[in-house]
Amino acid sequence: MLELTGVCLRFGGLQVLQDVSLRVPKGAIYGLIGPNGAGKTTLFNLITGLLQPDAGDIRFEQTSLLGRRPHQIARTGLARTFQNIRLFKDMTLLQNVVVGAHRHLGYGVLPMLLGTRGFRHQEADAHRQAHELLQWMKLDHKTHELSDNLSYGEQRRLELARALASQPSLLLLDEPAAGMNTGERAELMRWIGEIRARGYTILMIEHDMHFVMGLCDHITVLNFGKVIASGAPAEIQRNPDVIEAYLGRDDEEGAP
Amino acid sequence: MDSLITFWAIYSNVILSLGINALLALSIWLTLACGVLSIANAAFMGIGAYAAALFTMKLGTPFLVSLAAGMLFPALAALVIGLPVIRLSGIYLAMATLAFGEVIRVLILNTPTLTGGARGLNGIPQLTEWWHVFLALAIVLAVLWRMRRARIGRAFDAIRSDETAASLMGINVSAHELLALVLGAAIAGLAGALDAHLTFFIGPNEYGFSRAVHILTMAILGGITSLVGPVVGSTIITLLPELFSEFIDFSLIINGVVLVVIVLFLPQGVWDPARFARWRRQGGQRHA
Repeated sequence: MLELTGVCLRFGGLQVLQDVSLRVPKGAIYGLIGPNGAGKTTLFNLITGLLQPDAGDIRFEQTSLLGRRPHQIARTGLARTFQNIRLFKDMTLLQNVVVGAHRHLGYGVLPMLLGTRGFRHQEADAHRQAHELLQWMKLDHKTHELSDNLSYGEQRRLELARALASQPSLLLLDEPAAGMNTGERAELMRWIGEIRARGYTILMIEHDMHFVMGLCDHITVLNFGKVIASGAPAEIQRNPDVIEAYLGRDDEEGAP
Repeated sequence: MDSLITFWAIYSNVILSLGINALLALSIWLTLACGVLSIANAAFMGIGAYAAALFTMKLGTPFLVSLAAGMLFPALAALVIGLPVIRLSGIYLAMATLAFGEVIRVLILNTPTLTGGARGLNGIPQLTEWWHVFLALAIVLAVLWRMRRARIGRAFDAIRSDETAASLMGINVSAHELLALVLGAAIAGLAGALDAHLTFFIGPNEYGFSRAVHILTMAILGGITSLVGPVVGSTIITLLPELFSEFIDFSLIINGVVLVVIVLFLPQGVWDPARFARWRRQGGQRHA
């Protein structure tokens, strides 16, 4: 479904990503892990068109995303959440989620001005879907409040609902569990499982190992912009390079 | 009845200014609604005023055609400057649109054969009836109200909140900003065209920097989170000089002070539904 081949990116003299390749199959929950600064979020920014790679190709359902602008990529069925939550703060929860449905509202100017049946029908559908998503994310009691007033965990859930409202075929989650407590994490894991069961494909950045190992079918590990391992969760846990990247090397000779 | 006629004779100017200024405040509200600070609306008003007046005087077109010209020309001007300028952000866009306003003023000054130059255009037929102004205002309000409740209005709000997040929801940010600029220009042009056919005379200096700030003040004072805000703001700014008529020489100073006070103490403007909701909640809690 999503295929990256030999993606490279430099920021000035800094090689941020070096020859990164990965393939996310349809229906998977795919994990992207690595220490801070490994280039994970940068990779998301490349996929969603906020940055352009210096070399390599990014293909989504067989078509290249290179040179396309973010809104064009979003319209092909790709949605994401952000590590540092980016909600529309002075809009209500409901409005936030309805904005997510933007690409599915196809009425023209005249039907909008006249308020025709087609227009009202599409708007009603988008609002009904938004209500459902808010209910699913247990936010329906705050439907008409401003999203700025939400707690951290609630904001993450609202971002998820907004991303789902665009009915994406691929959902990119950037540290969805960050800042959540144990109970919220367990609930989020259940939700992500349900989202997959509804037929979505998920590519996820996450630091919480328990979370990643419990959910993902396949994991790619990035360190200093390079793929150092890729495989099933059990293989990744045993991989010496990964253990070294996370825990440092057991370097007895170097000790005084 | 007599007293009503006397009232109208004294206050018709003020009442018509209420309508014209409400249109102007709504014209800049459109761009502010998607977070774009464009201060070219005085120039767009000028283009509309001159275009409509010249159509009426030189071509002898019916009033409705002149009004249409007064909307079309500023909209085209907005499209032409918008295409390169809309990519700029924040203060740079404000500077570019401000410079455009000056260009238009100087352009009018230097084409005396067509526009009368510094001496202005004299003898514009007074075709605007009071109800034209308020019908125009009603139509503009109805159209904008519809837009706010549709995907385009939500897209404006989303862009104002977070451009990047909006683009990743599939919203074409620059196209929406350009649309806001062009529609705003058309509305400012309509206000200018109606105003020109009220006042008999127009001159290039009416559409300069102080008018630009005046328009911006009305919208900011009222608040941009709803359509009511610009109308409330323009009403206050229009009536303020009437209340303090002995200080008329200081009206620009008063406007400036109002703008500073609002930005400092009521950044969301006078009309802020979110604040009203907070008040209601706090009031409710006190009673509970």
